[in-house]
Amino acid sequence: MNILDVENLWVKFPTRSGMFDAVRGISFSLGKERLGIVGESGSGKSMTGRAILRLIRKPGIVTADHIRLEGNDIMAMSERQMRDVRGQRISMVMQDPKFSLNPVMTVGDQIMEAYALHANASKAETKRKAMEMLEAVSIRDPERVFRAYPHEMSGGMGQRIMIAMMLIPGPEILIADEPTSALDVSVQTQVLGIIDRLVQERGMGLIFISHDLSLVTSFCDRVLIMYAGRIVEICQADKLHEAQHPYTRGLLNSLPRLDEPSKRLEVLKRDPAWREADSVSGSVSARA
Amino acid sequence: MSGIAIDNLNVWFSEGRDRVDAVKNAALTVRQGSSFGLVGESGSGKSTILRALTGLVPTWDGHMEAVGETLGKKRSARFYKKVQMVFQDPYASLHPRHSVDQVLGETLGLHGYRDIETRISELLDNVGLGPSFRFRYPHQLSGGQRQRVAIARALAPEPEILLLDEPTSALDVSVQAEILNLLTDLRTERNLTYLMVSHNLAVVGHMCERIAVMQNGEIVEVMTVQDMRAMKPKHTYTRHLLESSLGYKRAVSV
Repeated sequence: MNILDVENLWVKFPTRSGMFDAVRGISFSLGKERLGIVGESGSGKSMTGRAILRLIRKPGIVTADHIRLEGNDIMAMSERQMRDVRGQRISMVMQDPKFSLNPVMTVGDQIMEAYALHANASKAETKRKAMEMLEAVSIRDPERVFRAYPHEMSGGMGQRIMIAMMLIPGPEILIADEPTSALDVSVQTQVLGIIDRLVQERGMGLIFISHDLSLVTSFCDRVLIMYAGRIVEICQADKLHEAQHPYTRGLLNSLPRLDEPSKRLEVLKRDPAWREADSVSGSVSARA
Repeated sequence: MSGIAIDNLNVWFSEGRDRVDAVKNAALTVRQGSSFGLVGESGSGKSTILRALTGLVPTWDGHMEAVGETLGKKRSARFYKKVQMVFQDPYASLHPRHSVDQVLGETLGLHGYRDIETRISELLDNVGLGPSFRFRYPHQLSGGQRQRVAIARALAPEPEILLLDEPTSALDVSVQAEILNLLTDLRTERNLTYLMVSHNLAVVGHMCERIAVMQNGEIVEVMTVQDMRAMKPKHTYTRHLLESSLGYKRAVSV
């Protein structure tokens, strides 16, 4: 069964020169899988992630036929109901932990707060949960980290803390918006390993937003490729090299590769027709 | 010999118990006309070597030589002409209230050129920007176009050496391909020497002939691009980096 069903999602921003459409009528579904959304800056991938949590601020406008979370339409919920969805049922990890963690609160307090907001548990129970979670994200010295402030943490540690905080209420869906772009390659693999393990253990759905095509291919099950606010192609991640759309092909070919040296890199030639073409639907009809 | 020669280079920041040794005992040589890459994680000291070379870090000792000049505290006007740097973030390295024309004009003026008018249009042409870009401000340019302006500015004094500090890591892959191609062409046309810093091994592998791998301020290994492509590192850290750069590998399911 699909956890999330998005139908005809639009995100618009009024500007002085008329309406700007950041996301233009996309549809997709998410099961218990790792779904990648790839695109260049400005393709609308982050806006899609934010729209699902209704985090687009005014004057931005979000419309959709429906965004169904296990049958309940998010678009029809009140702000109060949304508060129970955010964090508890769908949570989000952003790009840079430096800007997402509260600098004047200890790591432990922040994680405990994330749990206490949604669960009705005693203080001791909350603390035990928080420590467990820190261990789950492979933090070696949870006692020390628990008492530390975010500025005492490295980027990779910060991102693990973010993941711990986002997963502690036990959400059904995790949206990760470029969770490893601010990290070094070797730390990146560790953090991805943690996300991968936790998502599988808990049977969650993951939406992984990234500009890094090769990373998404190696990490996700299914990939949506976005261009100018629309989905231009959907691939099984392991079959990305068989992609048909010229934009996907262009993106793949413009990457320098260690194993295939070339004198010149291929430059993407943009076709105005890509912009006009209809969005491909990324929905998978309910599976058994 | 021109090109770059660095030997026994140490760079540190602050004194006493806060002292941080950012670069320890680094040595490397870059022949004129060749391209050399520095890779490593953040904090490994790769950018610091570039900054010490241009004279942006006062606290260093050891031997540095570039364009046939041994470098001391003070550098000659010729050095500043012949060695130019391109920075990582084109959003931060261009003055927001100076038009492209002012940016290039100022650089040319400082280096004592007279025929500024014709040179500006030539420079724009060299980096693949049309004359229509001349009177634009940075906010009217895309990231790739800004990086082209930054490259034009570096080319203005007709340098021999370009120091490239992560020139494409703030850009989309398709734009990255354009900029890397541009840099390749410029190097062949002008016989430039490149010293390039990047955390992306594929980019460095594409651009450079020899690569130094840095960890905690030390150069742990200098390898040729052929060895890197063949995945034949000598040092365990290099192997670790190379493997990480291949993307995420799923551990055998538990």
